[in-house]
Amino acid sequence: MVKMFLTKSDQKIVKEGLWDSNPITFRVLGICSALAVTVQLKTALVMCAALTFVVAVSNVIISALRDMIPSKIRIIVQLSVISTLVIVADQFLKAYMYDVSKQLSVFVGLIITNCIVMGRAEGYAMANPPWKSFLDGLGNGLGYSCILILVAVAREILGSGTLLGYPVIPQTFYDHGYINCGIMVLAPGAFFFLGIIIWIQRKISGYTEES
Amino acid sequence: MIEHYIGLAVKSIFVENIILAYFLGMCSFLVCSKKIETAVGLGFAVVFVLTITTPANWAINHFLLNKGALSWAGLPEADLSFLSFIAFIAAIAAMVQIVEMVIDRFSPQLYTALGIFLPLIAVNCAILGASLFMAEREYTFGESVVFGLGSGIGWALAIIAMAAIRKKLQYSDIPKSLRGLGITMIITGLMAMAFMCFAGISL
Repeated sequence: MVKMFLTKSDQKIVKEGLWDSNPITFRVLGICSALAVTVQLKTALVMCAALTFVVAVSNVIISALRDMIPSKIRIIVQLSVISTLVIVADQFLKAYMYDVSKQLSVFVGLIITNCIVMGRAEGYAMANPPWKSFLDGLGNGLGYSCILILVAVAREILGSGTLLGYPVIPQTFYDHGYINCGIMVLAPGAFFFLGIIIWIQRKISGYTEES
Repeated sequence: MIEHYIGLAVKSIFVENIILAYFLGMCSFLVCSKKIETAVGLGFAVVFVLTITTPANWAINHFLLNKGALSWAGLPEADLSFLSFIAFIAAIAAMVQIVEMVIDRFSPQLYTALGIFLPLIAVNCAILGASLFMAEREYTFGESVVFGLGSGIGWALAIIAMAAIRKKLQYSDIPKSLRGLGITMIITGLMAMAFMCFAGISL
């Protein structure tokens, strides 16, 4: 199925963002929202969709305009393209998913300053044709989504004992004295968990940082 | 009145520290906390930019964007609040440019030390986040000044403390794959826990 649409090199572009240079664990980009919206899986999923949309579409637009953008004012051009797309996403959420948009509060707006979006626009879309840029945006968006969903699933199960709002931990556990791990709902839990994920991902991919 | 402002300042510096409770400005926090000098420089730059941009964006929000804000121009029906993202980020980018020129003029040393990270302040989530929080919580002008300053000080405090801890970490034996980013995240978590002790303090 996938092979029908994507050539080998296209697949490589997507995989690059997903695993080899995952924006969160490898390049340390876009951590802010990764932590803030992952208390529940639902908000995390909406955030992933919004970010993947913004990064893929902004990559296409900027890549299509790349020969016309004067290099001196490129940052402001990129910022205006990105903020326009974020406004579209935000208005869409407000219209169709008002509750989730209230829960996400300022974090939809903060996609503008999410380093992944700017980083891909500056580092990839400015030098590559639209189709490749689209795939690169998609790969990076999905790579970000994977980590976000992983963190959100763990935090929701451990912190509140639910998944997408449905209880998953059997009542008998609670009867025998199991209690939800409150720290996972709070900020420190997010930091610890992401730290551990980064550790595992780097252990497997063999990447080390010189300190 | 004064107590209200002091309370807000304590809240934004400690209780609701912009980085340890809201995760804003993580990218530059992680990258620039390797050296104390850089951390101090960037910390002060953020305090400065936040104190200027939050009230500036308050003015933009209050006189141009809010529902009914354009009544002084004869347009009482206009509601431009959907434009707030693009207006805020443009104002922030302009402010950062000005700060950059000022630092370049008065302290070339700091300018070279901060290097490429200064333009990054424009896309620092903490700056835009503070403005968006200001708009969402409907602060008054005085409150927005205090909130901007307090958030900036809180951010600077966190990054300087982090840089000091990372300096000490160089002497410790950390598993290879955990070095750098991983251990920094875990320490930030411990710091966030420490800052949670301030919860409940109000003046």
